[in-house]
Parts: sequence; C-alpha cells; structure tokens
Amino acid sequence: MSDALTSLDRPNSYIGRSVPRPNAKRLLAGRGRYITDLVLPRMLHVAFMRSPYAHARIVSIDNSTAKAMPGVRLIATGADLAKVCKPWVGTLDHFKGMKSTPQLPLPLDKAVWAGQAVVAVVADSRALAEDAAEAVVVEYEELPAVIDIDAARTPETTVISPELGDNVCFHGKIDTGNIDELFAGAAHVVEEEFHFGRHTAVTMEPRAIVADFDPNEMRLTAHHATQTPYQFQDIYSRHFGIPEANVRVIAPDIGGSFGMKLHVYHEDMAAVALSIVLGRPVKYVADRIESFVSDIHARDHRVRARMALDTEGTIIGMDVDDVTAVGPFSAYPRTSVVEGNQVFRLIGTPYRFQNYRADLQVVFQNKVQMSQYRAVGHPIAFAVTERMVDMAAAATGMDPVEMRRRNLIPDDAYPCAAPTGYKFEALSHHACLTRLCEIMDYDRLRAEQAELRKRGIYRGIGIASFVEISNPGPAFYGVGGARISSQDGAVITITPSGDVRCAISVTELGQGTETIVGQIVGEHLGVDRERIKVITGDTETTPHGGAVWACRGAGIGGETALRAARKLKENVISLAGSILQEQPDKLDMHGGWIVDSDTGRQRVELAEIARIAYFRSDTLPPGTQAQLTVAHHYAPQGYPFAFTNGIQASHVEVDVETGFVKILKHWVVEDCGRVINPLLVDEQMRGGVVQGLGAAFFEECLYSDTGQLINGSLADYLVPMAVEMPDIEIAHVETPTADTELGAKGCGEAGTAASPAAALNAVNDALAPFDASIAQLPMTPARILKALGRI
Amino acid sequence: MSEQITIHLTVNGEDVSQNAPARETLADFLRTRLQLTGTHMGCEMGVCGACLVLVDGRVVHSCLMFAAQASGSVVETIEGLSERAAIADIQEAFHQRNALQCGFCTPGMLMTAQALLSQPGVPSRDEIRDALSGNYCRCTGYEAIVDAIESVARARAATANGRQVEEVAG
Amino acid sequence: MKARAFSYARPNTIAEALDLFAAADEDATYIAGGQSLVPTLALRLQAPQTLIDIAHISELRGIALDGGWLRIGALTRHCETLADPLIAQHAPLFHDAAPYVAHPAIRNKGTLGGSIALADPASEFPAMALAMGAELEIVGRDGARRVPADDYFIDLFQTAIEPGELLTAIHVPIVRPTHRWAFDELARRRGDYAIVGCGILADMQSTRIEDIRIVFFGVGNTPVRATTAEQCLIGKQLDQAVVHVTQAALADDLAPPDDEHTPAAMRVHLARVLLGRLLGRIAGAT
Repeated sequence: MSDALTSLDRPNSYIGRSVPRPNAKRLLAGRGRYITDLVLPRMLHVAFMRSPYAHARIVSIDNSTAKAMPGVRLIATGADLAKVCKPWVGTLDHFKGMKSTPQLPLPLDKAVWAGQAVVAVVADSRALAEDAAEAVVVEYEELPAVIDIDAARTPETTVISPELGDNVCFHGKIDTGNIDELFAGAAHVVEEEFHFGRHTAVTMEPRAIVADFDPNEMRLTAHHATQTPYQFQDIYSRHFGIPEANVRVIAPDIGGSFGMKLHVYHEDMAAVALSIVLGRPVKYVADRIESFVSDIHARDHRVRARMALDTEGTIIGMDVDDVTAVGPFSAYPRTSVVEGNQVFRLIGTPYRFQNYRADLQVVFQNKVQMSQYRAVGHPIAFAVTERMVDMAAAATGMDPVEMRRRNLIPDDAYPCAAPTGYKFEALSHHACLTRLCEIMDYDRLRAEQAELRKRGIYRGIGIASFVEISNPGPAFYGVGGARISSQDGAVITITPSGDVRCAISVTELGQGTETIVGQIVGEHLGVDRERIKVITGDTETTPHGGAVWACRGAGIGGETALRAARKLKENVISLAGSILQEQPDKLDMHGGWIVDSDTGRQRVELAEIARIAYFRSDTLPPGTQAQLTVAHHYAPQGYPFAFTNGIQASHVEVDVETGFVKILKHWVVEDCGRVINPLLVDEQMRGGVVQGLGAAFFEECLYSDTGQLINGSLADYLVPMAVEMPDIEIAHVETPTADTELGAKGCGEAGTAASPAAALNAVNDALAPFDASIAQLPMTPARILKALGRI
Repeated sequence: MSEQITIHLTVNGEDVSQNAPARETLADFLRTRLQLTGTHMGCEMGVCGACLVLVDGRVVHSCLMFAAQASGSVVETIEGLSERAAIADIQEAFHQRNALQCGFCTPGMLMTAQALLSQPGVPSRDEIRDALSGNYCRCTGYEAIVDAIESVARARAATANGRQVEEVAG
Repeated sequence: MKARAFSYARPNTIAEALDLFAAADEDATYIAGGQSLVPTLALRLQAPQTLIDIAHISELRGIALDGGWLRIGALTRHCETLADPLIAQHAPLFHDAAPYVAHPAIRNKGTLGGSIALADPASEFPAMALAMGAELEIVGRDGARRVPADDYFIDLFQTAIEPGELLTAIHVPIVRPTHRWAFDELARRRGDYAIVGCGILADMQSTRIEDIRIVFFGVGNTPVRATTAEQCLIGKQLDQAVVHVTQAALADDLAPPDDEHTPAAMRVHLARVLLGRLLGRIAGAT
C-alpha cells in the first residue's frame, strides 16, 4: 500500500469507506423495536381458522361455540370483511393477456390452497383467539386440486377459476427468428431439462402488523413489518376508502424481508378490516407454521433449454421453454409474472450471442401464492445459462474458464443490448473473470482436483457469471399501472444546533440504508456523519418513494440523498456568504464548518449559521430568507435499469457413497458500480450467497399429491445453518453508472442471483468422472445418489 | 394445581412475582409481562435460537419452557447481560464486524457466543460454527458472526495470557 | 402456536408424581426437559389437562457405578451425558452420540430419561441404549422393574412404560476392555434428526468378533437391531468380504418407510455405507 493521499483522506469523505452501522448498537443491546414487540392500548389479537384442503367449496360456517368462548370479541367471515375492503387483482397492463381473480381478505365461497385463512377470530390474547379458532366449525366440499406443474395445462384438469377459462395466468414469447434452422446447422447442441423447487423467504421475524383504525378521525395507522410503507399507504387508502393523508404506515425495525414483505397478504388486509370493524387496534403476527403456508413462495420452474455452438466453441443461440407455477392467483400489486418474465429475459444475457427463442408459461395451481423474492428470476436464469455453458465446454473439450473468455460480452463492447431486449450501459464480465481466477487460484484448484480424484476424493469447481437488474425506472411497474414509485424523496434539514436530519423514503431492513444515506449526506453536505440523523420507515414523516426492492436503495435512494445534500449545501453557503459578506463560490463546507474553498480555513461554524437563521434572522441582510430545509425527489431517467454484473465460484466435495456435499469455499467478484460502504456490500454478498446455497442444497417446499405442504415447519424445512455454510471471499470491480453522480448500482441480490448456478456447476463437475449429472435444485443426497445410479 | 399460577423468578437481578396461565411459555412471559422484548420468537419450537436466555446460568430456549417450569430460577436476558456489561466486548465485535443485519437473531447469537466464550481456550472456526448450529440467521450468511466471535476469543485469551504473565512476573 | 390451557403440578418425589397422575384420571403428561414435548403442546398435537413437572425430583438424578452396571438417573441432561467422565468411560456410546443430539441449548435442558421415554425412532439415545444392552428402570404405583432394552421398544413412540409409570433410571452394563464401539450418523445439517444413524458395540477376541450389537435409528418405528447382520459377523474376522456380506444382509434387517423424498432404498443404501464405515473403524481400532 502506498502512503499517497486518496480521496478517502479528505474531510467527510465517507463514500467508499467501511463504517459500521450506528443503528446496529440498539439491536445488539436487545433494544430493537419490531412490530412483534408492539403493544397498544385496548389492542386485540387475531388468529385464523385455515382451510385443511387445497381446493374446497365452503358449505357452511358455524361460529356458535367459538363466539361464546372466553375473551372472544369478534368472529368474521369473508362476507363480513368484504363490506369494508374492495377486492384486489394482481395483473399489470404491460404483461399482455395476463389474468387473475379478484381477492378479498377472506374467501366468500371457496378455499384455493391448503392453509388459506377462512375465518378470523379476534380475542383478548393470541392464545384465546387460537382456542376459539379451533372451535369454529367449517363444512367443506373438497374439490379436485391442481398440484403438478404439468397438470395445470392438461385439458381434463380442473380449472381453478372457471371465470378465467383455463389455468394459464400468462403466456410470453421471445423469438429473434430462424432458431430451428440455426440449431439444425450447429456444430454442437447441448440440452437439458431443469427442475427448480419452490422455496420461501423464512425471515427471522415473521410477518406482523398492528392495524389501528380511529373512526373519530377516519385515520388508519398501520404498524407494518414491510419494506415498502408507501405502497401500503396507497393500498390501504384505496382498498379501504380512507383518504391517503389519513393513512399512516410505520415500518420500524424489520426482522428480515428479502422481498417477501412487500406483497399484499390476505391476513394483513383482514387485520386492517377487523380494526375498521372494531375501532380498536388489532395485531396479527404469523406464527412460523402460518408463515410456511401463507408467505409467498418463490421459484417453482421447469425449464427445457438448448444451446447451439459453432465449431470454434462460440455460442450461437439458445432456445428455452419455461413453465412456472404461481399458486391459485397472481400476487398483488407486483404480480406473479415478474419472476418468469425475468427468467426468460435474463437467460444468456452475460454472453454475446444474439439468436434467442423463449417461451414462458405462467400457470395456476392450488398452492400458496408465488411471487417476488430476493433476486427474482435470476437464480433460475443463471443456473440454466451457466450449466449450459459448462455442458457446452464439455461438448467442445474446453475448460469452463476458457469457454467463458470466448463467449462473454467483451468489456469494451458497451453499450449493447441482449436479444431479450435488456440494454447494458457498461459491464465488466472479463475483468471479473480474471479477478476470480486470481483470488480462487483456479489453476491450483484444478491441479488439486485431479490429484484428489486419483485418491477417490471427488471435488468440483463451478463458475457462474451473472448480470443483475437494479435501479428500475418507471418501465418496471409504473407503465403497467401499478402505483409503485420508481422515484425517491428526501427532506434534509439543518437543525437550530447545526445538526442534520434527513428523512428519506428508502427504508432500513438491517442492510444499512440509514448508514449509507448518512455517509452520502455527510460527504456531500460537508458534515460529520455523527451529527446526521437519518429517518426512515414512516409515511407521516418521510416523503413518498419506492423504498427498497430490486436493489434500488443505494442507486436511487442514494442519488436522491446526494442531490438533496448538494441543494442544501448551496443554501447554507449562500446564507453563509450573506453573513460573511463573501462570494459563495469562495466558500465550502467541511466538518460542519464553513471554510474558504481555496485554503480550507475555518470561517464560521454551521451551528452559528443555524443559530442566526433560526433565532436572529433580524441580523440577516434585508430580503434574505434562510432555507435550511430542502426537499428533493429523484427518479432514474437514463437506462430503464442499471445492470450490475459479476461472477461466482463454488468449490465442493461430494461424498459419492452418501450423496452428501460439503461446500468448501465460495468466491464472488462483483461490480455494483460505486461501492459506498465495502463492509456492508460484502455482507450483502455473503448473505445473498448463502440464501442461494440454501436453494441449491437444502430448501424446498414439499407438497403431497393432495396439495398439503408436508415440511411446513422450521424443523422440517431446511434453511442453511452455520456449520454447512462456507467462508465466502469477495472482491470488487467498480464500473460506476454514468446515469447518476453517485454511480452506485445496487448489491442486495447479486449473491443470490448466481450462487445456485455456481453450486450446480460445482456438483456436476465433481460427478463428471461418473458420467453422472444433475439438473434439479435443491441437490439433495437422494437426487445425487439417483444421479450416480446408487439408488 | 391450577391453570393460573404465581411465578416467582429473579430476572436480570430483580425479583419478579406474577400470575400467569400455566400454559404461558417463558418467552411469552418475559416479552409480554416483563416487556423484555429483546428475547425474540422466530419459531416457537426450539429450532431458530432467537429466544435463547440464561436460566440458572445455562443457555436454554425460552420458547421450549413454560414460565411455570422456571419458577424459582434465576433468569437473565439480553437486556440484563447488556446492562451489566457482561458481553460488551462481544457486542462491540459484532458491531465493528457488522455481524448482524436485521438484528432479530442477534440476542440469541450473543447468548450462544457468551456460552461458548465462557469456556476455556480459543475455539476454532469449526467449533464456533458448531456452537452456532442451533442459531438461524437469514441475513448474514454467518461468516461475520464467526469472525466476530473468533476475534473476541482471541482478545480474551490474549488478555488472560497477559494477566498470567503479569502474575508470574509479579 | 399457543398450547391449550392446562394445570401445572410440581411434585418433589416419585410417589407424589405417580399420585398426581392417578388423580388426574390419566389425562396428564409428565414433563422433564420438555424439549420434545413443548413443541407438540404448542402445535396442539397433545393437550393434557395436567402437566406434571418431574424436573425437581432429586431421586431421578445421579450417575453412579452399581456393580457391573452404570446407573444413570433419568433427569441427567444431555450436556451432562456429554461431559460426565463415568458415562464416557463406562457407557461410551451415550458419550459419543451426545454431540449429535440437537444443539447446545437443547442439550442444556433435554434429559436422557425423557429421550428414552419418548423413544423417538430417529433419536440417538434410545438407539444407543439398545446398542449397549441397557436396562430401563420403570416405576409405577405397583413398584419398580427393570426392562431390558431389547424388550422395551414396542412401536412408534410406544414403549414398555405403562400409562402413569415413570422411567427413573437407565442401567448400562459397563464396557469391558475387549469391547470396541463406534457411532455415526448421516444428518442433512448438524443437529438435525439423522436420515440414518448407527451405533455398534462389539466384543472382540483379538481381531475376531465374539459378540456384537448393531443398532440403527431413523429407519423404522423403533430403533432397529440388525440381528441378521450381527449373525454374519459373530465368530468372524473383520475383513472386506465379511463386511460386504454383512452390508448385503441389512436388507433383511431394515424395512424403512418409503416416500418420494427419502426413498426406502436410499435409507438402506446409506445404512450399508454407514455400517461399512463403522466396521472399518472398529477393525482399525483393534
């Protein structure tokens, strides 16, 4: 390391620096305040009687015994709550032809998945509510259930919602033309059928809401464990007929979200409806058993894919067929089509080839709703792409690294576009690949692998390149008619003591939003970050914005903060100029001081400017009105999305007798543009990788033939734990986006996007000496043993 | 013998006497009656480790125990350990290493860390991971937690060695 | 996930506990560590009128040698089973299995007696009790009796314990210098119930097997003694050929449940692999 001064040596130069999160100290002391902790005066608790059948007509409901039980305050059915809640439909206009049925908090006549809430019981405590829920008697007429992914489309199958005509939610096609001819003339064709199981988010804190409706003022306050409070403010306003300004959504500390807590859930809507009916606060916390049958599930794809190559080993085209099953209806307000849409548009995107055909069928089935979860569609797209690339390498006798060198889009080829329509501003696949080979010592690992094979030890090395969609503009949801904002807003104030408060619409989930906003404001305002208070997660105290999803927090929220801070700094310096009788362009601000921009000489403290502005405006020159609060909104206007990219590698050892896999090590080289806080970025990567490894090896929602979730508890659904997870090495390549001044692109999903692909390739690499292969996730011992022909 | 019973406990050094239903778990008792909400519930079946507390000096799941069973015991929660600065070094290491994101698993992680670090010697990374085998974290991927615990183990061992050297020298 | 209401009683003696059970018209459940029971109550899979907390009965504690036997009190916690030197020396399969039983916090509360009384067929300790030829001390209002482990496990969660009776102690015949033993299991994640697990106790004369007990868990409704496999080994030297024959013989001993995600064939295959590895360790130790 040289001793030369870097940009990080300037005062308040926080961007690029690893700083810990100020708000983490509270969590470490057990002083977090989660919705599950919240108690309000006269608060009631709700429990639900749930359908035991995957598909059944509700014949009758008998509440008579339950109503008389101790502490019971209300029992409500679908018809009761339909009186206060307008139905919602999870479709978007830009998915042409997509369809779904209207949803209500509780069903009127039919249950469409096992575990669907049918009757709500409100009581003085959760235990009493559960006692009474057990005593509700519902008579059902069981109907044939659609469970299998292929069964949904066979002609004789039951149609879950006859009013829709069939069980197809959406059918999409991409075709650049002449694919059949291309494959017919190809030197090599590789093909595979992939299966990706359902899994689910399993946030540590389950879903939770305390809905508090005050009929006197017609005000609803929803304390809601969500990552998108503004979206829910809009939804509660429209669906419950309450003026938007009277709806306040507060999202305090959130115990994990990962995309799961931004969808509309029937129980949450029921809690709001019950509070409106009762005029009292109603609390709903999903217990873990309820979480498994009511949180969104994710993935669930069957993909058939082919890849064509020329004699040189150049990929010339892909042909893909994806079927994904999404539950009995499409989720609201983001739909259940985005996942499949991203699968069939992301496949192949790191590579140069331009010939592409893809078919996407999104089908209904009698399982809980499927929708967006961390790295929406990416893990499927890259598992398919990268496995095909490895198969192509094998077919052409090339090393997987060489195969990628030959086919990845060159780093100097940007801007360019994928055959699926995505436009890339500037990516760095080759730089990442080179860096990866360095940090993992690829050649040494290959040599070691060959050596160990001689001794009956089967290790595998898997590589996976990826791109990741981030910073979505209005083309993502807005043009489809969803009231989901692509802009963010910030209000920054200098307080009378010269401290800074920044209220911003991006939200904190523990990923570090408040920390990076503080870093950005501190650097661009010229104030020590210890004096900056960042306020998030409350629609009443922060401006409307998209909040956090699709890795938009740093890229869009961060740019919003940057521009707001710049604007405020102009105001402060202009005011200081008036006070100091100095040209504003000769002044700057550092460390909470107005300084001479040339010399850095301290002229006057910000606190003194604030004191004069707030308390002695009489001493300001006539006509000067101090503006120490600014509001600024920012929406992306350049590329429709800012793509990030990177590459991952997984190193595994397969016990070929037992089918058990030990994950030895994992590497990530990623390019998320400007890195604001390396400590936080690296932890986003690691957490994301492990979620992907969970999907690769452990996690799967297993259903019986009758649509019962058979492993719906935390003891039976296997989440990745500390012993089985590897150490993960991270390196960065930085290609800032030129669309913003900040240059950040986002980093929350990259880890999850490609770790399953790397793992899939690694296991197949280990199995290669046995001519065995696997194309199904999770890769359980049973599936590996089957692949090896041992059982 | 009754469905409602009086529970006597020492919690974080304070004597507590409260009536509660016999069916109330220690986790619910601590969270709702004593407002000790630092003890979290993630599964209510002893799998996730978010509800770990110390009962008579041993780390146990407060969701796998009825408050009635604990009556007569000494209980310590994350609030108690924090306030008497018993785990300040672990908390500081977690903070510096960013060994938490959402923080929901964190009190349980700290309980496990404290139990492990109370034993003599410096645990290996594998031993740390083994000790954490019953603590679920969805955010971090565990490595930062392992790093933080490892750094405290080394620091504590260095301090202990330093003390021994001083004693020998003195 | 809140348990149904129940009454709670905390007896100080075995006699008191038995009386409380009788007084509750048998609609009662004993609770010791409660690490398996509490979740079933929370899930309302069980809902007794009365919970009888036996954790404070001092007669149920203690670990002591008693002639050729080690008597382990039913309330011995898993962490004590792991750490106790008498158990490590005289009932080594309990010691070896203990680190695999769930996680540290569960081991701080769960009891050996509770585990063996519940007799979860996927649990380590019931199977190791069988592997070591332990005897289970059971007390009822009619007095105490000792049931050999071979007669104790009847069916799924069903043992020789009659309603109202208490498992008070586990008596293990202490291992002799000619004994070799080995334990291992295959679990998806550390602390999970194993897909297959196995404990072996062999009496060896030099390299020849005089007697052997092989017990699998996770493969049926109870811990399963692989008697056909045992017969293949008695009087034999532990060479590759014998091991192969023994592995093949497991087909006659094991009839694990079959489902799509964990096929019976897989459990049998894994049991064979595990058996081969454990016999290898025993051969290596001689």
